[in-house]
Amino acid sequence: MNSQLRRLRAELFATPADTALSLALITLLGLGAFGFLRWALTQAQWAVVKVNSTLFAVGRYPIEQQWRLWLLTALLVAASGATWGLLRAHPRPDRTGVLWPRNDRLAVGLLALIAMAVPWALGLTLAIQSRWWGLLLLLVLCRWLAGRFGPGLSPTGRRLAALVWPVLYLVGMVLISGGLGLVTVSPSEWGGLMLTLLASSFAILLCFPIGVLLALGRRSELPLLRWGSVLYIEFIRGAPLITLLFLGQNILGFLLPGGLAPERVWRAAWVLTFFAAAYLAEAVRSGLAAVPRGQLEAARSLGLSYPKALQHVVLPQALRVALPAMVGQFISLLQDTTLLSLIGLLELLGTARTVMANPAFLGRNGEVYLTLALLFWGCCAALGLGSRALERRLDPHAVPSAT
Amino acid sequence: MTPPWWRNRRVVPWLVQAVVGLLVLLLIAFLLGNLIRNLTAAGLLLSWRWLQQPAGFDISESVIPFNAQLPYWRALAAGLVNTIRAVLVGLVGATLLGTLVGMASFSHNGLLRRLARVYVEVVRNIPLLLQLVFWYFVVFLTLPNGLAAIQLPGVVLAKSGLYIAGFGEGLRWMGPTLVNGVWQAPLRLSVEFGALLTGLIVYSGAFIAEVVRGGIAAVPKGQWEAASSLGLGWFATLRRIVLPQSLRVIVPGLNTQYISLAKNSSLAVAVGYTDLYSVAETTLNQTGRAVEVILVLLAAYLTLDLLISALMNGLNHLVQIRER
Repeated sequence: MNSQLRRLRAELFATPADTALSLALITLLGLGAFGFLRWALTQAQWAVVKVNSTLFAVGRYPIEQQWRLWLLTALLVAASGATWGLLRAHPRPDRTGVLWPRNDRLAVGLLALIAMAVPWALGLTLAIQSRWWGLLLLLVLCRWLAGRFGPGLSPTGRRLAALVWPVLYLVGMVLISGGLGLVTVSPSEWGGLMLTLLASSFAILLCFPIGVLLALGRRSELPLLRWGSVLYIEFIRGAPLITLLFLGQNILGFLLPGGLAPERVWRAAWVLTFFAAAYLAEAVRSGLAAVPRGQLEAARSLGLSYPKALQHVVLPQALRVALPAMVGQFISLLQDTTLLSLIGLLELLGTARTVMANPAFLGRNGEVYLTLALLFWGCCAALGLGSRALERRLDPHAVPSAT
Repeated sequence: MTPPWWRNRRVVPWLVQAVVGLLVLLLIAFLLGNLIRNLTAAGLLLSWRWLQQPAGFDISESVIPFNAQLPYWRALAAGLVNTIRAVLVGLVGATLLGTLVGMASFSHNGLLRRLARVYVEVVRNIPLLLQLVFWYFVVFLTLPNGLAAIQLPGVVLAKSGLYIAGFGEGLRWMGPTLVNGVWQAPLRLSVEFGALLTGLIVYSGAFIAEVVRGGIAAVPKGQWEAASSLGLGWFATLRRIVLPQSLRVIVPGLNTQYISLAKNSSLAVAVGYTDLYSVAETTLNQTGRAVEVILVLLAAYLTLDLLISALMNGLNHLVQIRER
């Protein structure tokens, strides 16, 4: 106790100037906190969030079809729990390869990272009431099961376990949009957080391969490929996203033969993908630059073909280095989906605008925007934390933990 | 034994390039062909004559004089000037804020240091657009008007705008005055402009603070100790010894942030500030000239980026250590 008091004194009240500064900051913080709490507890009407929670979660998705989203949420929660349990069961990846842990683990980790935020956020808003506990129970159960039986899995079994995520993504698309015997729900009825997450996860998954190809193209020795990649990357990076979305909405119809242009939601999702790919390419390029040239030469001299050398030696190292920057791009991408509201799509922010236009909720901007801010902050901070955890797992110089 | 030509080291790369190039050319030809066919069918084939027609809409605040009778190109120019105005003021504000916060994260005062971290972590994890509408709808539009407005010496902040003292008619110094319940001052800034600027400065400030923090951290610790043993205080050490040396790390990072800020200014449309994008959107809705409008937009933003980049590269050249 005494030492803590002393530390506090050293940090806050070391000199008269420091004391004055600290006191001023404490006063300001106190006033701010007091003002905020008074507003939040006496003036704010949080009903606007509660009443519209379904709208914020899934937009105008038909009520009688919403069980599909519940099913998807439950599946995602179960898969997250299982992934979590598997990762806990293997605190450190195998060191069978010096450069790169087993690929199956990476797939699990990366995809879990992307998917972690999804069920949490979706469950949080959808399941404010009783179902929340059911989902929590499911998560804990799946985590326990995976932790119990995961270590006994054969390598093939583990590789199959990683496949759960891409399969689940496809199942999710069918559940959301319909087909295969389910009633079709047109993309124009998608909205809220669901649309935000759909657009960002779609773009995150697809911009990755495109971005890696562009980065390789930019470092290629073939001038045509190199200059093509440079031109594309610099052009996309030079234009504001909103002008590109504008281009997608207004010009794509002219560029494709009549009737071929996809729905507005998909146009926006593709623009996001191609936009994010250019930024991701730069992140990957910095990772590629960090791999010593000798690595490629050594791999080639061992008789590996260029694609094989890239796949097994260069890319694994480059992607590991580029991971923080890549996750940073994914976080910006999640944030950039708010721009869809400016081209009239009703993702989270767009839904908020429609709620605010309702005369019953006039002047409730503060409550709504604060809730959205909290939600985005939570998702982005979770991705950041997940990224740091993954970095630690992949760090080849880390001391293996005693398990 | 020579390998067959399709596995020849000198042939294959060119073959790959030729195939990729051909595919890209085919794609471009396909898209352009469709574009021309569709535009012809819609009667919108590329033409710039519409730029001379009267715009028919007004721009609420414009640095260069504008009214609805003036042609479209004047409207776009007014939008561009508005964009440039927001970007310039935003750059200065964000640099100041970012530098201060970056410096604060090296303060002896634990509270200040943590506050700097919290600010950066909070701001970076919330979408800029959300922050902009927050400043506009929650902060600026709920300000009081008239006598209840926030009054500081020479400055009044009200729902109707920000009023700043300056030289009025006949070069007479004039403060903000209330005339018939309406504030008047030589310089009035709209709340739309205020919200955009606040949002851009607070958002970019957080990223710049990280750049500055990285730059300061790159200066060897010995420099701090040497300066301190010479008797320099914390601030003097930072200003005279550390910051100048950290500039060569900071400037390239600033370049990226400045370009982001310029591009982010296009979100002005969300808070009703008539920047280039906002004017272009209105223009498109009225004329249907999608292709021309997007060309103007892209050209303007690319030029702005290149300008900032060129200036910052010049600055970078100045701050690099010269070695003989």
